[in-house]
Amino acid sequence: MGLLEVKNIGKRFGGLQALDDVTLSVRENTIHAIIGPNGAGKSTLLNVLVGKLIPDTGSVMFDGQSVLGRKPHEINQMGISRVFQTPEIFGELSVMENMLIPCFAKRDGAFRLHAIESIRSEKGLNAQAEQMLSDVNMIDKRHMNAASLSRGDKRRLEMAMCLVQQPKLLLLDEPTAGMARADTNNTIELLRELKSKHDITMVIIEHDMHVVFSLAERITVLAQGTPLVEDIPANIKGHPKVQEAYLGQSAEGATG
Amino acid sequence: MLGLNTKDTRLLLIVIALTLSTPILLQPFAEGTGLAQFNAGYPDLMQRFAIFGIFAIGFNILFGLTGYLSFGHAAFLGVGSYSAVWMFKLLSMNILPGLILAVIVSGLFALLIGFVSLRRSGIYFSILTLAFAQMSFNLAYSVLTPITNGETGLQVTLNDPRILDGVNASPYTNLFGLPMSSSVKLELLGRLFTFNLGYYFCAVIAILAFYLSLRIFRSPFGLMLRAVKCNQQRMSYTGLNARPYTLAAFVISGMYAGLAGGLLAAMDPLAGAERMQWTASGEVVLMTILGGAGTLMGPVLGAGFIKYFENIFSKINDTVLHSWFAFLPDGIEDALVFVVQPFVGKGWQLTLGLVFMLVVVFLPGGLMEGGQRISAWIRRKSRKDDGRADSEHRPGTSPHIAE
Amino acid sequence: MDVILLQILNGLDKGSAYALIALGLTLIFGTLGVVNFAHGALFMIGAFCAVTLSRLINLSYVTLDPVKTDFLGNPAKIKTPYVEAWFGPETGAWLIDWSVPLAILFAIPVMIAVGFIMERGLIKHFYKRPHADQILVTFGLAIVLQEVIKYFYGANPIPTPAPELFRGSFDFGVLIGFDPNAIIYPYWRLVYFAFSALVIGAVFAFLRFTTFGMVVRAGMADRETVGLLGIDIDKRFTIMFGIAAAVAGLAGVMYAPINSPNYHMGMDFLVLSFVVVVVGGMGSLPGAVLAGFLLGVLESFASMNWIKDIIPGIDQVIIYLVAIIILLTRPRGLMGKKGVMED
Repeated sequence: MGLLEVKNIGKRFGGLQALDDVTLSVRENTIHAIIGPNGAGKSTLLNVLVGKLIPDTGSVMFDGQSVLGRKPHEINQMGISRVFQTPEIFGELSVMENMLIPCFAKRDGAFRLHAIESIRSEKGLNAQAEQMLSDVNMIDKRHMNAASLSRGDKRRLEMAMCLVQQPKLLLLDEPTAGMARADTNNTIELLRELKSKHDITMVIIEHDMHVVFSLAERITVLAQGTPLVEDIPANIKGHPKVQEAYLGQSAEGATG
Repeated sequence: MLGLNTKDTRLLLIVIALTLSTPILLQPFAEGTGLAQFNAGYPDLMQRFAIFGIFAIGFNILFGLTGYLSFGHAAFLGVGSYSAVWMFKLLSMNILPGLILAVIVSGLFALLIGFVSLRRSGIYFSILTLAFAQMSFNLAYSVLTPITNGETGLQVTLNDPRILDGVNASPYTNLFGLPMSSSVKLELLGRLFTFNLGYYFCAVIAILAFYLSLRIFRSPFGLMLRAVKCNQQRMSYTGLNARPYTLAAFVISGMYAGLAGGLLAAMDPLAGAERMQWTASGEVVLMTILGGAGTLMGPVLGAGFIKYFENIFSKINDTVLHSWFAFLPDGIEDALVFVVQPFVGKGWQLTLGLVFMLVVVFLPGGLMEGGQRISAWIRRKSRKDDGRADSEHRPGTSPHIAE
Repeated sequence: MDVILLQILNGLDKGSAYALIALGLTLIFGTLGVVNFAHGALFMIGAFCAVTLSRLINLSYVTLDPVKTDFLGNPAKIKTPYVEAWFGPETGAWLIDWSVPLAILFAIPVMIAVGFIMERGLIKHFYKRPHADQILVTFGLAIVLQEVIKYFYGANPIPTPAPELFRGSFDFGVLIGFDPNAIIYPYWRLVYFAFSALVIGAVFAFLRFTTFGMVVRAGMADRETVGLLGIDIDKRFTIMFGIAAAVAGLAGVMYAPINSPNYHMGMDFLVLSFVVVVVGGMGSLPGAVLAGFLLGVLESFASMNWIKDIIPGIDQVIIYLVAIIILLTRPRGLMGKKGVMED
């Protein structure tokens, strides 16, 4: 029994069957990559997992509880965090404030009217946020406006915001999209490090095969809304079905 | 002190000092001189400064922090006034029960309107609040006449029951027997200073209201409200439910408006429906933007600015202008008066509209941003160190969570 | 049956005004993406075009009557309008009588000019600013415009009568087979409705059948792509702003005889027109027209006595109530498109 059990999910948009009978199991404490050519349904699947989309059929169980029908904030409170393809942060707030918000959400739940207390007096949470910022090497930027960060820093901030909540499951949507090779390698290192420090399960959607094969412990290949294979990386490389899926679609998809 | 850091404590102390010395500060010109008409230190106007300051501080908690632009906040002001006057009629001319009821009723009313309106955002939210306020205004004029007394407005009369008041109780609004209208006058250096109890009562409430908003700005709750303005998607994926936060902000700002409405009635026990009209809602929007939305002091400044314009600037008429320019040759004098005259006196709203447009175009952060720019410019001048000064920095797109 | 028809007819004139203002608002919003709070002021300026022209035509010179004297014994003064002196008494009198319809010709260039100046001088700089900023700056502009009008024309309403021919009412019911006196309808309101229908039809025809209109519609759907095609969409949008201003202005010109123009009539109509636009669906032209007439007619029905007896005060709140219900059940309004102003 995995941490995340996706069973027979189907989702149709008008005439397009975006997800067709998707079944997937993510084991605890692994990095699980989902790959596939453009339009394979990867992002749709992720949107189902975080409650942004409600599928037509099937079930999603997380840690023994159903995810479907819950609002995004409830799903996060269950222990699922998501990093977006383009970083979603609080642009007008400082880096430190960005970090504090998830800390409060983790401790106080979806809503609490703490209107008189001072943020500064929350010593524990402040320390926690600063610790996390040190972990991602951003502590010296804590007073900066988040909107003025570089793209790479924004992404690291977003990851830190997710990780500080100590989620059981972290969903990453193309964490290296649009990055230079050096930045990509840094990100891979960062994710490895975080994984070893925090004992966390990750689901990564990624086009860059270099990233996938450096990180993933298991890989699911999705094509046209259906999972083709699920296996360890060594078996995925050179799998005939996978090559067919990629080469049949486009050659560039396989290389990133 | 009081749960604030040194900087905020200093700010609060400055605000307290300024508020308490207002009757002196706003009376800078000696009586009998031509400039005396610019003195604003008379009780009625000072009370308005404090009351509309409270209104704008409350509106800023909603609009400044969450970015939700309500065009119907005057409804809560009106409801506050009606509730207070009813308390004066039924219970006592002591203003405390009236003020308490004003806050409670407007809070409940805000809860109802907010619960419905906050289901939408952006301009749809603005239109929903506008629609609710206009409905309240129209109903107050028509079918609700038994409660609101229609066009005449709700007033206190001698044969009201006032069950808590004794036979010899004061027929004027009072605080435990001290009438709101009582004043001490002091003549000093040719200036007449009026220390009015009503003003000081409003001032104390305004200071408390400011202190509360300061605490909210620095609280986790305030942080969440700013998060709502930035990115609601990230908020919900961070496990936070934005709706109750915005609703709480809406209700709090509605209660501020109700308190302001109650105070208006406490100073002058009269409540009319025009207080709820959308132009009144527009006025608090003007105040907040003009001063600087999202800043602590901005809304208060904006409220003061507009009320000063409305009451003082509007008194400048042709005769006054002629007396100003009298030192010039006749032709030039007449020409100048002719040019200036449309913008002053009855034309004060024209000037206000122009100032407001200029602020929105050039100073999105309002008067507060203007002040910051000037002080930054002075500092740069004195340091003569231009380096990489952020003259291009436009705080209009960033929060003005500053003093 | 005749009662229902009467209420529909009664709602049509206000509905026409709502529809015309909302149409202009939607044109501006749909093409330029600007929320224009000064649009009511354009309606008001239109009405004052009628006032201005009527005053211009009535400009008179004074001669002294050789025979009559006034009560002080001075010779009586005779005012003769210049137009009567120039074109002869009959044509002159006719011109004076028909000043409101003539004001249409006067208002079109004036309104287009006002629109151009507004767009080039102010609105242009707000395309990239948030909607809240657009609302605020146009709100400021609306205050300025109405204060300028107040300065020149005073605060009191200025009666501006329709031509003699269209004054009074006629028995509309008899024409379509009802009992006499069942449906008495003022001529001018019928004229107003017909005029609005004509303007609305012209705007739609313009957008549908001219190349210019096609480009603008394409621009409304996808501004960037049209820009990439090498078409100077900005210039066309400026012209659209002028047209929208003219539509609002014409609505104002013809409304002058129904409601004597005053400086705050723009603000009064603006709030309702915004409600109309939102009910119709932001950015939908047919939605704006439909919602305009619908709300006008609903308002008229709600003011019937027996309905007011059942639900007191309904006539005062019906438009807002409908707006609230529609916004909550159909967030995009009656005919709105997805994704408009939902951020």
